[in-house]
Amino acid sequence: MITLEHLSKWYGSTQVLDDCSTQIEKGEVVVICGPSGSGKSTLIKCVNGLEPFQKGTISVDGISVGDPATNLPKLRSRIGMVFQSFELYPHMSVVGNICLAQLHVLKRSEDAARARALELLDRVGLRSHADRFPSTLSGGQQQRVAIARALALDPIAMLFDEPTSALDPEMINEVLDVMTELAKDGMTMVVVTHEMGFARRVADRVLFMDAGAIVEDAKTAAFFDKPVSERAARFLSKILHH
Amino acid sequence: MRYNWNWSVLFADPYLGWLLSGLGWTVLVSAAAWIIGLALGSVIGVMRTLPSPIARAIGATYVEIFRNIPLLVQIFLFYFVLPELLPREMGRWLKRDLPHPEFTMAVISLGLYTACRVAEQVRAGINTAGRGQASAGLATGLTLAQVYRFILLPLAYRLTIPALTNEFLNVFKNSSLALTIGVLELTARARAVADYTYQSIEAFAAASLIYASISFLIAFLMRRVERRARLAGTLAAGTH
Repeated sequence: MITLEHLSKWYGSTQVLDDCSTQIEKGEVVVICGPSGSGKSTLIKCVNGLEPFQKGTISVDGISVGDPATNLPKLRSRIGMVFQSFELYPHMSVVGNICLAQLHVLKRSEDAARARALELLDRVGLRSHADRFPSTLSGGQQQRVAIARALALDPIAMLFDEPTSALDPEMINEVLDVMTELAKDGMTMVVVTHEMGFARRVADRVLFMDAGAIVEDAKTAAFFDKPVSERAARFLSKILHH
Repeated sequence: MRYNWNWSVLFADPYLGWLLSGLGWTVLVSAAAWIIGLALGSVIGVMRTLPSPIARAIGATYVEIFRNIPLLVQIFLFYFVLPELLPREMGRWLKRDLPHPEFTMAVISLGLYTACRVAEQVRAGINTAGRGQASAGLATGLTLAQVYRFILLPLAYRLTIPALTNEFLNVFKNSSLALTIGVLELTARARAVADYTYQSIEAFAAASLIYASISFLIAFLMRRVERRARLAGTLAAGTH
C-alpha cells in the first residue's frame, strides 16, 4: 500500500535520507526505530508530503506523493497522522478538533461529524471530555484525542511520529493501548517509536534506521532475536538492557 | 505667569461644536484607517509566513518601505506628490474631483502605514502559533488557505490582542497628523479654538483629555476582550 523507492532527501548540502526503499502492505504494522537524528521522523513526514524530498518515489495506494500533479490535501486526508507534541488546536474544544477536517475536507454535515467524533471519543475512552478544551487535558488524554482526530477521516493508513515521547511514563500505556487496539482492528500503521515492548508485541516488521539509511528491515521476531547489522545489535543491547 | 484662565470658553458656542466635530473626524479617520490597516496588514503578515519566497519578499519589501519613512512624510507624499506622479488625467481627478481629498488621503496613508505595523504583529502571532499546528492541519487534508483561516489566524489574533490594541491606539493618536493636510480633526479644531480665543492652555488641555480618556477606555475594553479570548484555552497551553 505504501511503497518507497530509493528515497533521498537533503537539507541544503546535508543529506538526511539516504536511498531508503521499503514496502508496507495493507494491514501491516511497521515500527521504525533508531538513534535520534537518524531520519525516522523525516521519513514518515515524507510519506504524506509534509516534507518534500529530492530523489526517489513514494506511492500511497498507487498515488505518487512527489508528483506535482498530485492533489496532496486529498491524499493527506486519507492518511492519519499523530505527532509527538499532539498539536491539538488550542482554541477549539475536543469535539471541535475532531470535527474540523470532517467538516471542511470531507464536507460532512455538522451532525454527522459530531456523531463520528463522539463515537471515536468513546473508543479512546474520552467521551465525557468532548466539550473540554485541550489545555485542560493531560498529555495522554490529548494524544488520544489526536488519534481520534486522525481516525475521524476514516484513513487507509496511520502514521505515528514518536507518539509517546512527550508523555510522562504513567501515561504512555493509555496511548499504546489505543494503538494496539487499532492494530488488532487491521489498521495499516507506521510507527516511529522507542517503545521496544510495543514493537515486539504489535509490530509485524521493524525498520532500523541510522544516518538517514534503512539499515535493517526485518520481521519483528527476527529483528529482536538476531539483528543482521552490527549497528542495530548495538542499539538493541543498549535500549533493552534497562 | 500672567494668564487669564477661562475654562468656560470650552463650553461656549461655537467652540464646543468645533471640538465635537473635530472629535468626530478624528474617530472617522482612525476607524477608516484601522479597517485598511487591519485588513491589508493581515494579508501582508500572512504573506511573510507563506512558503513562497516571492510572497515573502513582497511582504518584507512592503514592511521595510512603510516602516522606515516617517509617517508625516508619507502623508505629504500621498497628498502632494502622488497626484503629480500619476498620469495627468488621474492626477487632476485626485486634485479636483476626489470627494474630501484631505480626508481620503489621510485615511489611505495612515491605513497603509498602520498595515505595515499590523503585518509585523500578525506575522509574529502566526510564528508563535507554530509550524506544528500548521503541519497538524495540513496532515488532515486541510488546504494551506484553510489552515490559515481556521487555525493560524484565529490563534494569531488571540495571541496578539494586546499588541493590536496598541496599534489601534497609535492610529488614533497618529490621526492628529491629518491636520497638516487640512483635515479639521480634533487637534486642528483645538488649535482653532486657541487662535480665536487666546485660551490655548484650555483648548489643548481639552484635546489632550479627550485623546487620553478615549485611549484609556479602548485599552480597558480590549483587556476585557483579551481575558475572554484567553478563557477559550489559548496562550498557556498547546502553543509550544
